Amino acid sequence: MTDIATYNFAYLDEQTKRMIRRAILKGIAIPGYQVPFASREMPMPYGWGTGGVQVTASIIGPDDVLKVIDQGADDTTNAVSIRAFFKKVADVAVTTETAKATIIQTRHRIPEHPLTAGQVLVYQVPIPEPLRFLEPRETETRKMHALEEYGLMHVKLYEDIAKHGRIATTYAYPVKVEGRYVMDPSPTPKFDNPKMHRSPALQLFGAGREKRIYAVPPFTDVVSLDFEDHPFEIQTFDQPCALCGAENVYLDEVILDDHGGHMFVCSDTDHCEKRREDGHRGHLAPETHLASEKMEPAQ
Amino acid sequence: MTDEPLLRVSALSKFYGSRVGCDNVSFDLWPGEVLAVVGESGSGKTTLLNCLSTRLLPSSGTASYRMRDGQFRELYRMSEAERRFLMRTDWGFVHQNPADGLRMTVSAGANVGERLMAVGDRHYGKIRATAVDWLSRVEIEEDRIDDEPRAFSGGMRQRLQIARNLVTGPRLVFMDEPTGGLDVSVQARLLDLLRGLVTDLGLAAIVVTHDLAVARLLSQRMMVMKDGRVVESGLTDRVLDDPRAPYTQLLVSSILQV
Repeated sequence: MTDIATYNFAYLDEQTKRMIRRAILKGIAIPGYQVPFASREMPMPYGWGTGGVQVTASIIGPDDVLKVIDQGADDTTNAVSIRAFFKKVADVAVTTETAKATIIQTRHRIPEHPLTAGQVLVYQVPIPEPLRFLEPRETETRKMHALEEYGLMHVKLYEDIAKHGRIATTYAYPVKVEGRYVMDPSPTPKFDNPKMHRSPALQLFGAGREKRIYAVPPFTDVVSLDFEDHPFEIQTFDQPCALCGAENVYLDEVILDDHGGHMFVCSDTDHCEKRREDGHRGHLAPETHLASEKMEPAQ
Repeated sequence: MTDEPLLRVSALSKFYGSRVGCDNVSFDLWPGEVLAVVGESGSGKTTLLNCLSTRLLPSSGTASYRMRDGQFRELYRMSEAERRFLMRTDWGFVHQNPADGLRMTVSAGANVGERLMAVGDRHYGKIRATAVDWLSRVEIEEDRIDDEPRAFSGGMRQRLQIARNLVTGPRLVFMDEPTGGLDVSVQARLLDLLRGLVTDLGLAAIVVTHDLAVARLLSQRMMVMKDGRVVESGLTDRVLDDPRAPYTQLLVSSILQV
């Protein structure tokens, strides 16, 4: 920490942070609208969360408590590195507990523990444009957003049903925000879509490579697109978490050996640990008393 | 039938710098009427079509369209949102090259259903049923509904494009060389189909073509263009059987006799 003085607080210079905050404020004022911003080079490659890191860096203060998750886990490379980064450049407190965090930067999950007012969820977004794979021209997609021409989005869902008999989109499932803008919720599983609806927490989305920021203010309607005869539904799992026995949570499949052995465990590691500390047990949970034991999902 | 035209065009001109695209074109189009615009390539017929369909803005002149509520609206004063809405509900545009008018990477059914979804249809079963119905009306077998247009022949693509345009029950369809690039037997079937649909649905259409036979088969009225100007207009049979302008006479006498 000796050479920390060479960096500004939270890495970015103050002018950059102001620019990003202006983009964030505009995004909050127009829920779901993608605000262009002058994305900076960050000391990490595109695709590793440069957008999310810039958003976090612009809103974080010395009193904040930061949690970073990657696919729900606090202990994967990306999450550990980003947490260490902010510990170093902003000297903030970090945590893995959802309830204690004021800012949660996430890659592709929303924590199972309900978010509360005052918390900020920062998403890392690879491709912010939900229409991109249907319409490659940016000029045209911006016009479609401006004129609210979203028929094409349903064409994609139609194709899903025609090909697979149901809406087969399982992540980055398009949503309509406050009845106006169609938005890509980033590649979170559609399991998490209902959590965005009228969430008390502020949700910010940063796409570094694509240079876009968008936002969902607290208590905003976020509705997943669907057909009347093929309504939106989330994934369900036919067994509980093998370690903590939780039901109605999003599970990851973990391969155990070379002989087809596998188990389903909570994707949200913090949630799983909390439940085990409270004495919940899944059918594959070790017998020993665990307190300090960490689950290590295969990555 | 009402006694008011569907489209009123007055002194429409489009200049590309100092070059003339089309110059001082005026006409009325009536409901259920098919108007053919003929002329050699470079005569301004496609420019005229693009101006009328608001894909291009003219340099001067006006065009007003009678909306479904009976009110005339000046096309070039409408907002872009209104124009695009008109484009995908009350109008159709059939491109010469079907790839320009179709989404080549989504299935035939979705191509037909897109306009329905764009105007707010949200019932998969109904959209699909409508798509099946329209595919059969343009003579595409039902089992091709989930195939992409890439897997279709040129004639099928063109018929799919027509179905895609007609599914919202438009009142006015623009066609740019709808039979261009098709062999004669496919052309004949397509013309037959188009003629049937236009009559059944009471469509008004503006058909741009260089093929006088197509014009004779499809249209009741005809405009002959040369160098951006209308040199002659009148009933199709009259213009073709008794051409008055020297250029029209040249054009008619240039038809190859087999």
